[in-house]
Amino acid sequence: MPAPTTTALLYLNGVHVSFDGFRAINNLSLMIEPGEMRAIIGPNGAGKTTMMDIVTGKTRPDTGDVFFEGTHDLSKLDETQIATLGIGRKFQKPTVFEMHTVEDNLLLALKNDRRPYATLRWHETDDEMQRVASVLETIRLGPVRDRPAGSLAHGQKQWLEIGMLLAQEPKLLLVDEPVAGMTDAETRQTAELLKQINRDKTVIVVEHDMAFVRELGVKVTCLHEGTAIAEGTIDQVSENERVIEVYLGR
Amino acid sequence: MAGHPLLRMLDRGALIFLAVLGVIAVLVPFLNLAFPPSSALHVPTYLVALFGKYLCYALLALSIDLIWGYCGILSLGHGAFFALGGYAMGMYLMRQIGTRGVYAHPELPDFMVFLNWPELPVFWYGFQHFPYALLMIVLVPGALAFVFGWFAFRSRVTGVYLSIITQAMTYALLLAFFRNDFGFGGNNGLTDFKDILGFNVQAQGTRAALFFVSCVALALGFLVCRALVTSKFGKVLVAVRDAEPRTRFLGYRAESYKLFVFTLSACMAGVAGALYVPQVGIINPSEFSPANSIEAVIWVAVGGRGTLIGPVIGALLVNYGKTTFTSGALAPYWLFVLGSLFILVTLLLPRGIVGTWRHWRAQRSAQASADRAATAAAEPAPRPAE
Amino acid sequence: MRFVKDRLGAFLLALMLVLAGSAAHAAGLDEALEHFLIDDFGEVETGIGKVAASGDSRAAMVLEALKEDRLHYSPEKKSVYIKDKAGKLFSAATGQAAEGDTPADLAAVDTNNRLRGVIDAAIGGLSLLAPSPARRYESAQAVFKSRDEGVLPALDAALAKETDTRIKRAMNEARAAVILYSEGASEAERIDAVAAIRVRGDQEAVNALAGLPADTPPAIKNAARDAIAGIHSQLAVWTAAQNAWYGISLGSVLLLAAIGLAITFGVMGVINMAHGEMVMLGAYVTYIVQDLIRQHNPALFDYSLLMAVPLAFLVAGAIGILIEQGIIRFLYGRPLETLLATWGLSLVLQQAVRTAFGPTNKEVGNPSWMSGAFEVGHLTITYNRLWIVVFTLVVFVALLGLLRFTRLGLEMRAVTQNRSMAASMGIRTARVDALTFGLGSGIAGIAGVALSQIDNVSPNLGQSYIIDSFMVVVFGGVGNLWGTLVGAFTLGIANKFLEPYAGAVLAKIAILVIIILFIQKRPRGLFALKGRAVEA
Repeated sequence: MPAPTTTALLYLNGVHVSFDGFRAINNLSLMIEPGEMRAIIGPNGAGKTTMMDIVTGKTRPDTGDVFFEGTHDLSKLDETQIATLGIGRKFQKPTVFEMHTVEDNLLLALKNDRRPYATLRWHETDDEMQRVASVLETIRLGPVRDRPAGSLAHGQKQWLEIGMLLAQEPKLLLVDEPVAGMTDAETRQTAELLKQINRDKTVIVVEHDMAFVRELGVKVTCLHEGTAIAEGTIDQVSENERVIEVYLGR
Repeated sequence: MAGHPLLRMLDRGALIFLAVLGVIAVLVPFLNLAFPPSSALHVPTYLVALFGKYLCYALLALSIDLIWGYCGILSLGHGAFFALGGYAMGMYLMRQIGTRGVYAHPELPDFMVFLNWPELPVFWYGFQHFPYALLMIVLVPGALAFVFGWFAFRSRVTGVYLSIITQAMTYALLLAFFRNDFGFGGNNGLTDFKDILGFNVQAQGTRAALFFVSCVALALGFLVCRALVTSKFGKVLVAVRDAEPRTRFLGYRAESYKLFVFTLSACMAGVAGALYVPQVGIINPSEFSPANSIEAVIWVAVGGRGTLIGPVIGALLVNYGKTTFTSGALAPYWLFVLGSLFILVTLLLPRGIVGTWRHWRAQRSAQASADRAATAAAEPAPRPAE
Repeated sequence: MRFVKDRLGAFLLALMLVLAGSAAHAAGLDEALEHFLIDDFGEVETGIGKVAASGDSRAAMVLEALKEDRLHYSPEKKSVYIKDKAGKLFSAATGQAAEGDTPADLAAVDTNNRLRGVIDAAIGGLSLLAPSPARRYESAQAVFKSRDEGVLPALDAALAKETDTRIKRAMNEARAAVILYSEGASEAERIDAVAAIRVRGDQEAVNALAGLPADTPPAIKNAARDAIAGIHSQLAVWTAAQNAWYGISLGSVLLLAAIGLAITFGVMGVINMAHGEMVMLGAYVTYIVQDLIRQHNPALFDYSLLMAVPLAFLVAGAIGILIEQGIIRFLYGRPLETLLATWGLSLVLQQAVRTAFGPTNKEVGNPSWMSGAFEVGHLTITYNRLWIVVFTLVVFVALLGLLRFTRLGLEMRAVTQNRSMAASMGIRTARVDALTFGLGSGIAGIAGVALSQIDNVSPNLGQSYIIDSFMVVVFGGVGNLWGTLVGAFTLGIANKFLEPYAGAVLAKIAILVIIILFIQKRPRGLFALKGRAVEA
């Protein structure tokens, strides 16, 4: 595999995607270093979700390089393979298994052999129950562990999904609008949670909420029309003329 | 997901179901064989055969529930697997006729002699041996399901698209089996059976035995399904049903799970068809008709999908109703009843009989526990899966 | 030697016929008949020639009688008689019943095998000159098949007189066929004949060219072989054209059946398994309209379909709206349940029609303008199929127009693309849904009117179309009317091109298998929407 020499955990270079002539991603390049937390902002239709689709294998790029850990060509793998490599994703709309209990949701997410034969023969072990318990503690859902996930409040579902990401033990987390629809208190808690996760994992957060991004206090990339137009701290980016132009319109 | 796997698998409902099935399996043949027809306790042989047929339908319904109720795959072509199993059994039974056919040919079934076929086609070889036939009963539907599913699931054909192409599959098979040169008796199918394992298929004792075997097959099928759906595998199935993309992003290969369960379900349907044929005495291409497959789906819907017990109850109820209706003066109205059943069940009873009952009980216990805990936790109304 | 004699006789005959062309009635039947009074084959042969040349309307009768040994003569009375099948005598010259007693010396005019050939040729020649053009054409075709050399002179005579170009061409072809088989003709003539037959270019021509005896000179055989190859490749083109036409015809039927479904399934995402029953209802509306017309005003029969089309649209459309209001609107977002409920509905509708009209096929007639056929080259095109193709295209274009240029179409497209946005813009989405479903059903009803012309009108009519229609929509790509159009014609034509190799049933199976495989490759069909719109 002709791997580009890069230390970046995630490396996107010159990526193009178009749907029926609409260019969703246009010459996008992005590098995420190991251990980094990166916030991605941009107006509607900037290509944020499509970028995540490309990284997680849902959408194939028309052209361009997408490498994980410098060696894995993500543009040739499907969702399952990419997830197995260690990339976890939280969707914009919280997606949990509504009919399963909170605990079962986490058990399903727990890093483990994913093949049918293994799940057929699976028995629960103390080790796994401990890992579930620790995640439950992190996301503060211990008291509702036996409730069906479908009965949770919106914010709780968001956390459960983040918890599932943690249980998955990925190297890279993609988090799409984690605080949409949350109260201020929940938003602050979520920012804390993400920072906590970032201690040992690389995180990409896509978010509209500027206050939240400011609270995270990390490097920001602004996308517009499928391309990165600015990169830096939140203050640098928000003073960038292109960014102002894009957000306010001319 | 706590407790020993065996305890999870055999919960109270499952145990009651198995017990009832066991009693029926013993009692019905006993009442049929031990008492003379004059006795009030005697179960007539025709009823034994009739209920034996229902049990085969129940097994078919169970196989559909496994994929539809737990994995969201609505197959409108499961009748094809049922019929293929039936044809495999029919081929065995045809080979057992030997020289007792109209043309008394030692090897060729009557219809081949009639069509002037010089020799037995290769695909009929081996069917005179019961173990080989048994193998084919499971393998042929399984192989078709595997190939079909491998293509379909790998390319992520889901939902109604999958339903439509399964229907197209059984339709294509229907057309093929109608052809004389396909080598399965064309229009007339396979019939006029004499023996199964040396016993006369028409005999009272054989019918009682077939009834018993059907009960055992249904119980085994039920146990296999229970084991599957209560395992972590089953959890993954439900996860695929409710949020397939999510399971993929978690690293599960959804298509492998679907393929496994689809193939297993087809094998079960094949067994059901194989038991059906000696009890009704004929297998013909009409078993492939798309209408049959859809009718089997409504048994599942009536009983309640995703409950395993429900489809069995649904199959028995709907077919008993069908027999009652179509054998009397009400025959012309049966299709009105069946059609209305489709409409009313989907509109008014989407959970089916068993599902509604369980839902009602869950709600009641949730209410009780909510009262106890004095929390506002209201039980969610879980939407039936699409 | 025999050949020379034959040729001589034929030559004489031809000579007389040519004379007959100019001075037909100068040499009358009377004079011709005199030759039969002498018991000599040569005289009889001359007589045959003269009778044939006489141009008399009763010449054919005389020759027929001679052929069947019913021509008698009496040397004493110097008269020739025809005995009819009952044994009654008529004067051959006048056709009047013979007066008086049967002459004592009455004897049949003798013929032999050779003479019978001459008689046949003469009769053939006579019909080549028949007043009816159809008769002359037929006769030329008969000569082409029989390749009877004896007719050649008659043929030449007829050719000289013929003015109709079509018949003239047929006669020339017939002449070429005769020359081709004539051992007396020169090689160059026969090779020319091969060329002439090649132009004809049909299966008969191939037969004529292929049937040459083994001892034919190699040059002629080679020419014939080349010509056969040429005709075959030409015929292959015509066969392809014929298959293409059948395919277009089948495709238009598929399109007609599927186009309503493309609306309900493609635009609304609703699986309507009762769609076939809407088609069936349309066909029954046609039946009822025709029945009423037959009872009350048979003169209007030719307009029955024109009346049935709007009625079928209204009936099926109204029922469609009822279905949407009564069942489907409760099941939006649950496509598999919709499928089951509408299947149940289809059973109810079938049984209702069966109860009301009986299970048997209903007689729906073709109006006069939909009966019959015409030919284009070697293609036969029936009017009903042609009209259905035209009708389908009209419906398709009308539907496109409706979607593009009307308020309802605009609202329908808006609701398809973004339901909640459309709703917030003030579009009454529930009403649009009902009307859209009504539109799809109404079009199915119209399809029923057309299909009643080529299919059995029975309660099961719809069942036979439902799977095919779904295949078309899925194959073409959901949500795209053009996809449905291309899908229908592709499947129709593919089916008809497979049929000659595989037979009708296997072709159908093959198509189903191909579609099943195709959907694996392109799960969203030929003209799939890509990107986010799909997820929404």
